[in-house]
Amino acid sequence: MLPRYIQTGSDSLYDDLVQVSAGLYKKALTDLPPDVRSAVNRVAEVEVGGARTRLDVMVKSIDVSDRTGIIVCQDTGICVFFVKLGTDFPVNGAKLIDALRRGIAVATKEHDLRSSVVHPITRENRQDNTGVGIPDVHVEFVDGSEELEILLVPKGSGSENMSYLKMLSPAEGISGVKRFVLDSVIDAGPRPCPPTVVGVGIGGTADLCAGLAKKAILRPVGEPHPEPEVAAMEQKLLAAINATGIGPQGLGGSVTSFAVHVEYAATHISMNPVAVNIQCWRGERAAATISSDGAVSYGY
Amino acid sequence: MATETARTLQLRAPLTEDVVRDLRAGDEVWLDGTVWGVRDASLIRFFDKGQRPEGADFEGAVFIHTAPSVRMEGERYIPVSVGTTTSMRMDRFTRGCLEDLGARAIIGKGGLSQDSLQHFATLGGVYLSITGGAASWETLQIEEIEEVLWEDLMPECLWKFRVRNFGPLFVTMDANGTSSYQQVKAHTQAHLAAAYALLDD
Repeated sequence: MLPRYIQTGSDSLYDDLVQVSAGLYKKALTDLPPDVRSAVNRVAEVEVGGARTRLDVMVKSIDVSDRTGIIVCQDTGICVFFVKLGTDFPVNGAKLIDALRRGIAVATKEHDLRSSVVHPITRENRQDNTGVGIPDVHVEFVDGSEELEILLVPKGSGSENMSYLKMLSPAEGISGVKRFVLDSVIDAGPRPCPPTVVGVGIGGTADLCAGLAKKAILRPVGEPHPEPEVAAMEQKLLAAINATGIGPQGLGGSVTSFAVHVEYAATHISMNPVAVNIQCWRGERAAATISSDGAVSYGY
Repeated sequence: MATETARTLQLRAPLTEDVVRDLRAGDEVWLDGTVWGVRDASLIRFFDKGQRPEGADFEGAVFIHTAPSVRMEGERYIPVSVGTTTSMRMDRFTRGCLEDLGARAIIGKGGLSQDSLQHFATLGGVYLSITGGAASWETLQIEEIEEVLWEDLMPECLWKFRVRNFGPLFVTMDANGTSSYQQVKAHTQAHLAAAYALLDD
């Protein structure tokens, strides 16, 4: 095989990456993942009355976006990239991150997307959905891989504002962790646009824990954690959350959340951190895989 | 939460106090006429900076919590995506919107506080909930962006939309002190012990 991007620093690679990033942004905002679509359709069939009407509007808006290319939700979000970089994929990491950032600005202009990103102190808006530290780019390395995987989540503020972190004590145990998750979802109530996916981070440090909660919402809706004990905890949390009756849009109903996803990391003997990151019903995300011969495939 | 007496109503904005006071939590509303887009930055300018735009009349107005995506065609703004944002951030402006500006209804998602519910009762106003996140559906119901004021706040300007058959909206906070959000909260409280029990069973 003759890799098209044989030389690190190949200009065509970074031009392509800008286009991939721009394409992912538009795709994430218009084309909801199949797992989100089936979750919405499933709940539309079980709810009744006003809750059913609200789910029907969600189904219709997905359909309108498929037909017209209008973005599903007006919130163009705050862009977070999760990159899996094969160690045998020839790329300059700093240029990669710059290309992803430029792609967001390109898509914003090209598709007349609202710029939702401002300076946190002056509130100045650059009008291109970028700013200091944004997009946020997380990179993991995959040993021996020749591929570059890019996942984009343009996270909406309605759900991101409903984020929670608590440094519990070990004495509060896993029982305290579970109660905190339920209490957080009740506190969020109607605001994160339920039905939601509830991402839970357990353990690590404060920032790692919050990051795990965010990582948890990346999983396809309802895909259980690979460890049976963790998957069982996800089911218990989901049952408890849906027993609250908060329902779609927080106006009552049987489904408050589509799923609960838990991710964990080891923690300190005297720590017991828990974090919650909520994803709204729209569940926007889009992914691309680029092989070292230049082929790009898109997914979710 | 729909009640047995819930109705489906077609209304035209601006709204009168009589029309608004007749609305009941649970009613489904479809709206025609003018809807003003307001949001964090524009409401801060109204009430914290005390500014008013020239030539705008908000008597009986319907406000919507939004900041759209738009594009320019010649001199006009064309809607790209108009959706609704979480209302609670703008809760402290409810009284000013009704009392100082004359608005009669606020469209949003997620509801407002008990303080706002009190203002709706005292001043004659309602909260109309829309399905959040379903902006593409909503966008097709916007006939035109008639006017844009305070453009320097882009995208958080004052947007004057003309809407047709805009909905479904639900009255979820009425002028009689009923809040669907409070009803759901009460339901959650009543089922809280059972929910906690499910965590450990």
